[in-house]
Amino acid sequence: MKIPAIALNTFREAVRNKVFYLLLFFGVFFAFSSRFVSMLSVGDQQKVLMDVGLGSIHFFSVLVAIFTGINLVYKEIEKKTIYNILSKPITRLEFVLGKFAGLALTLLVALASMALLFFLFLFVTTGSFAPRCLIFFGLLYIELLIITSLSLVFSSFSTPILSSIFTVTLYLVGQVLWTFQEFKTRLHEPFSRYVATALYYLLPNLDKFNVKNEVVMDMPLPGGRLLAAAAYGIVYVAALLTLAVVIFRRRELK
Amino acid sequence: MMAALEIRGLEKSYPSTFGTRRIPVLRGIDLTVAPGEIYGFLGPNGAGKTTTIKCILGLLRPDRGSIRLLGRDADSLESRRNLGFLPENPYFYEYLTIRELLHFTGRLFCMSGADRKRRVEEVLRQAGLWGREETKLGKCSKGMIQRAGLAQALVQDPEVLILDEPFSGLDPVGRKELRDLVLSLKSSGRTIFFSSHILQDMELMVDRVAIIINGRLVREGRLDELVSRSVRHYELVVDGVDEKDAARTGLAGERRDNHTIIRVESLEEVNQKIRAVHVLSGRIAAMIPVKLTLEDIFMREIGK
Repeated sequence: MKIPAIALNTFREAVRNKVFYLLLFFGVFFAFSSRFVSMLSVGDQQKVLMDVGLGSIHFFSVLVAIFTGINLVYKEIEKKTIYNILSKPITRLEFVLGKFAGLALTLLVALASMALLFFLFLFVTTGSFAPRCLIFFGLLYIELLIITSLSLVFSSFSTPILSSIFTVTLYLVGQVLWTFQEFKTRLHEPFSRYVATALYYLLPNLDKFNVKNEVVMDMPLPGGRLLAAAAYGIVYVAALLTLAVVIFRRRELK
Repeated sequence: MMAALEIRGLEKSYPSTFGTRRIPVLRGIDLTVAPGEIYGFLGPNGAGKTTTIKCILGLLRPDRGSIRLLGRDADSLESRRNLGFLPENPYFYEYLTIRELLHFTGRLFCMSGADRKRRVEEVLRQAGLWGREETKLGKCSKGMIQRAGLAQALVQDPEVLILDEPFSGLDPVGRKELRDLVLSLKSSGRTIFFSSHILQDMELMVDRVAIIINGRLVREGRLDELVSRSVRHYELVVDGVDEKDAARTGLAGERRDNHTIIRVESLEEVNQKIRAVHVLSGRIAAMIPVKLTLEDIFMREIGK
């Protein structure tokens, strides 16, 4: 009852905030840009629409995840609303989980709205549905949950600006983490190789969730790969939330 | 009888800016609040009032000492079920209406839908917010926020209320209304612990008072024991007596707006002075008994 109460309140805050204006902007941006690009480009119009559309959705939803996550937790502390919540019989674990659940619900609604808009636009423009895009949205959602958990970890001990920088940096590193494996083979010193290996396993490997090319180009997507990516995502989120709770429990609210 | 709130040897320090040393904020606080009383926690800004309250609420971890609420460790969830808290300058979610805030608070206490609905209506009426419950908190005046804050502190019908600077920022009417509300809560058996630096309000409400300065309790006790009910001295306001005559006959005093104000220590002396004034064909304009106030004690303690 307490976790859903905090989750619903977080969702309500996000909805009554500016997040959905951003989505509206996305809708207009997407509708115009993908059509414009498809008119300019040579080749399969549907593939271009999908490529630009899914790319835009990826970009905007990551933005929403980073800034909603950091902003909502930061505001609780900065505006001191957290004092009131934690003076009630609420544990810090319940608070973090409630916040996470609320952010996850916000992202689900945001992503579902964008996906709906995308499918509608694709259908009106090309007359087809492209159900494989659902795989893209599913994995993107897990990626967004990792980003939200990262922002929760950082905002549990840091300022919003630093949290944004940390989260964006880790997001960018996460996109190209596969290069660490390549990089490792070129290192000669054992210590540097250990560091590269440790970073490869510790940092979020977000590339695992990007199946845009496979979906757009109609390339095969083995079930095993998808399941492994989903399991990796869930374990990573659980680890980050545990870390956020541990840090937040130690935090003193001056 | 079990204390509503019992603090023993509470110490708390914060790390300095560079973390090289710790700055003590609370240096061994001991106090006991009996059930059903209004307990005033008085101190200048930065004395440690809010830090003490945050330790009671579990927002800060004490370095040393114990805090018990209604016989339980204050850090336990069970003890917080029976605690209502009004923060200093309360900030609530601006996007919520007053009614939504109260329902949200009720949910945090796992109250059932029917219970919540009944209690929300009760506290809305109690806090004088009935009819204004659909106002968004972001649009509320300071007074309304304070009332909403008190209403949310009362939703689960707690036995103990902690109010941090409840009067700050309120106009005289708002202060009077809040005082009346707190007194009515006391009459319904609740214990109220409140911090303030507004002495007048405190003097009108509290049963007991503690004065905290630099993280130490310098005075603690019943208000009527601390603030003498007996007269400290009298001031005689005399008209129509020549200054030289007055000095000659022991009626010397301070001249203020054509009056002479004479400080007199006892009633016997008052009568002597009155006779002397009559002899000089003067007139007694007023006789003012001066009592020791909480402000006198407070100012004495902070050394001003």
